[in-house]
Amino acid sequence: MTKLRVLQPGMLTSVQDRGRFGYQDQGVPPAGAMDEYALRAANALCGNSIREAVLEFTMVGGSYEFVEGGSFALAGADMGARLNDHGLPLWQQCKAVAGDRLTLGWAKRGCRLYLAMSGGIDVPLVLGSRSTYLSGKFGGLHGRMPVTGDEICSQFGQEKEAALGIFSPDWIPSYESCLTARVILGPQQECFTEKGIATFLDNEYAITSQADRMGYRLEGQPIQIKGIADILTDGVPAGAVQVQSEGQPLLLLADRQTTGGYAKIACVIGADLWRLGQTKPGDLIHFQAVNLVEAQAAWRDLSKLWNRWVRS
Amino acid sequence: MQEVRILPAGDQALLVEFGRHIAPELSANVRALRQSLHRIPINGILDIIPSYASLLVEYDPSFVSSEVLSAEIRRRLPLKTEELERKQELFVLPTIYGGEFGPDLDDVADHAGLTAEEVVALHANRDYLVYLIGFTPGFPYLGSLDERIAMPRLTNPRLKIPGGSVGIAGTQTGIYPSESPGGWRLIGQTPISLFNLQADPPALLQPGVWVRFRPVDDMEFTLIKQQVTEGTYRIDRISHD
Repeated sequence: MTKLRVLQPGMLTSVQDRGRFGYQDQGVPPAGAMDEYALRAANALCGNSIREAVLEFTMVGGSYEFVEGGSFALAGADMGARLNDHGLPLWQQCKAVAGDRLTLGWAKRGCRLYLAMSGGIDVPLVLGSRSTYLSGKFGGLHGRMPVTGDEICSQFGQEKEAALGIFSPDWIPSYESCLTARVILGPQQECFTEKGIATFLDNEYAITSQADRMGYRLEGQPIQIKGIADILTDGVPAGAVQVQSEGQPLLLLADRQTTGGYAKIACVIGADLWRLGQTKPGDLIHFQAVNLVEAQAAWRDLSKLWNRWVRS
Repeated sequence: MQEVRILPAGDQALLVEFGRHIAPELSANVRALRQSLHRIPINGILDIIPSYASLLVEYDPSFVSSEVLSAEIRRRLPLKTEELERKQELFVLPTIYGGEFGPDLDDVADHAGLTAEEVVALHANRDYLVYLIGFTPGFPYLGSLDERIAMPRLTNPRLKIPGGSVGIAGTQTGIYPSESPGGWRLIGQTPISLFNLQADPPALLQPGVWVRFRPVDDMEFTLIKQQVTEGTYRIDRISHD
């Protein structure tokens, strides 16, 4: 069993797994890791099932002490990770002994870093998931961010899969500060003028400081709406781009409200969703329209890669 | 009923639309399809979000294509809704109106050209259908409000609304189950807890049930609130057959 004591919890740290599904009809957002790619990599490198929970660090990671040692893996944004005085590599399994100190600074590239511990983090399942839903104050570590003095343990005696030994350098993603996110237009594109849709696709939108796990408020050329942007409240998928009355887009992510009453001009495709978790305020997003065939082919390719990690 | 539309919402969800307005028969169709998808599931569906007149069906395209899923859903139409259109269980929710519990009651009254007492009488003296649970855990969207007391949302939403607050937005009324930000006009508060992680399902109210607000005074509100905390309060439920 690995045990980590929190010395400094970082800017926004939480326990996350893939998310809480099956309760959106109860108004419960899925939550889950903002970057599923890094979540899966970190788990695979520890020999964990993809269902296990990890720690998600945002912008600044914080510092931690291993009360009990064990193996772990870091994947995602480069936060200049150090174990005592040594730099730590990302995207590979590492080992710590009791007394080691893990320090994670500011994200140099990307926004979020994931720490998986061999066995997965030991917090109770709430509605089938270990993910923290911060505004609902449930899931993860007592429904909140870790604070100084908290101890985070791995599960004892979990059956382990063979750990992914080598993470090919080809699999390590680069995090760009100007991201192209592919979208499927709709389901309410008829609420927008042709000019409005062209504006949305031809311009870059900056992520404002109003960006959290719920979603990112974007800023750029206003998108022209036909009449009003209000629709009859309906379900909101991950990556939906709502446009509110003033014509600015709002990108909805892991902790999004389950339903909403603003028209959705487009939705980011599944294969690109995880990249949004590595963008931060000031970064630019360019939306590129694709069709379902292309989107789902990209998803199948990504799924194949993810499956290789757990089978190799 | 107009033709059912099935639209992609990204590459991993389909929006099944029975219509675009609030109506009990559209809601019955939504509930019927949800029931059908629960009873005979389609492989690849990950989650379903029913709302007023549509369902968002989330799926994994590695397991089912949008064409197959869409065809499977169409094959189940039209749905049998007679049973679901009948009035079912009614929950009576004690509610204190106005004052600190309903800071917008006077504004709603002014907007309606009525007294606060008349607004309360119009709000409480009516049975509401629970159309959907959405927005935040356990939040019920209820309809329809008497047109005379309908009022648009606040222009500047509040950052903090106490749990149990009863609000108005257009011709909808709803209840904030827990403290949250929000823009509905607050006219009262219920001491009843609407979301419980230990319950299955966790939301007290489910689409298809009915709600009636029963005005209570300060003393009764405090008493019930204490009973709710102690777990001794029994919610008044009336079943309709």
